[in-house]
Amino acid sequence: MDPHVLKKLNLERASRRAAIVLTDLGDGRDRLIGEGDEVAGDLGEALASRFRSGKSGIIAHGERELFANVHLPSPRLAIIGAVHICQALAPMARLAGFDVRIIDPRTAFATPERFAGFDLAADWPEDALKSRPLDAYTALAAITHDPKIDDFAISAALEAGCFYVGALGSRKTHAKRVDRLTEAGLSGEQIGRIDAPIGLDIGAASPGEIAVAILAKVVEALRSRGEVGNG
Amino acid sequence: MSEPDPITDLDELATAERWMKAGREVAIATVVETWGSAPRPAGSHLVIDEQGNLAGSVSGGCVEGAVVAEAMDVIETGKPRMLDFGVADETAWEVGLSCGGRIRVYVERLG
Repeated sequence: MDPHVLKKLNLERASRRAAIVLTDLGDGRDRLIGEGDEVAGDLGEALASRFRSGKSGIIAHGERELFANVHLPSPRLAIIGAVHICQALAPMARLAGFDVRIIDPRTAFATPERFAGFDLAADWPEDALKSRPLDAYTALAAITHDPKIDDFAISAALEAGCFYVGALGSRKTHAKRVDRLTEAGLSGEQIGRIDAPIGLDIGAASPGEIAVAILAKVVEALRSRGEVGNG
Repeated sequence: MSEPDPITDLDELATAERWMKAGREVAIATVVETWGSAPRPAGSHLVIDEQGNLAGSVSGGCVEGAVVAEAMDVIETGKPRMLDFGVADETAWEVGLSCGGRIRVYVERLG
């Protein structure tokens, strides 16, 4: 691999831009192609389709065998609530390959000491999500247990088409939430996408166990919507 | 970037760049094709330096040893190689994939 290709690739990945490393398996030459770069003909179409699916693989190009290694931006997890569960969920999600962002306006919880090395916003979701909006490559877990903080973020995630939206709380709590969100104008279909009570039903009790249950559902949602990113 | 942490820093391509900058010789192995129940998808990397240090993976650990041995030659000669691993492929390679799949791994030198 050309060292310049590796450097450029790592730069693109750090900037959350999609890129393909195209390697000629015959002579070993490689080049980097960014999403939106002009590539003519059949090869251009094959590459565009790879960008869409996120799947790496071999492209037959005339006599040559080209390997397209697709690097899509890694999925994000926005955690609303810098609570005890978040202290377990944030590092676990990072290990699983997610870019983690933590949002909580309560400065008692959202301290750099509790979340060293993490992207932490001690702001209301209304404000924090303005600088970095949610998108289809983002999952959202609302775990403050406080409707004043959670509800806006949940609505925003459903509107943005986040691939996963989960909300902490019992069935009773969720029923009240459904009423509020309906009143706020969200459709039954949108509300039906909320994973609540949050997480895979494994009888999780401790914060660490609940984090495992949440992360399991996030990964399931990511992988069932098609490959996004390839580690 | 802060000091790398071996547990949380699972990014083998960032590791490859760091090793290169530190003046180490590096080979990159890439899964380019899979058949059946292969443990790692196409595009997965194993990064190897001339000392045999590893980052990333191309299988569940079944063929990494053989890839490292090939990578040493690739680092020395600079010539890329294509390796085939399958189950019960004892004549060609001493190792196979216990899961029953088959993979093709491309090994090249960085630089």
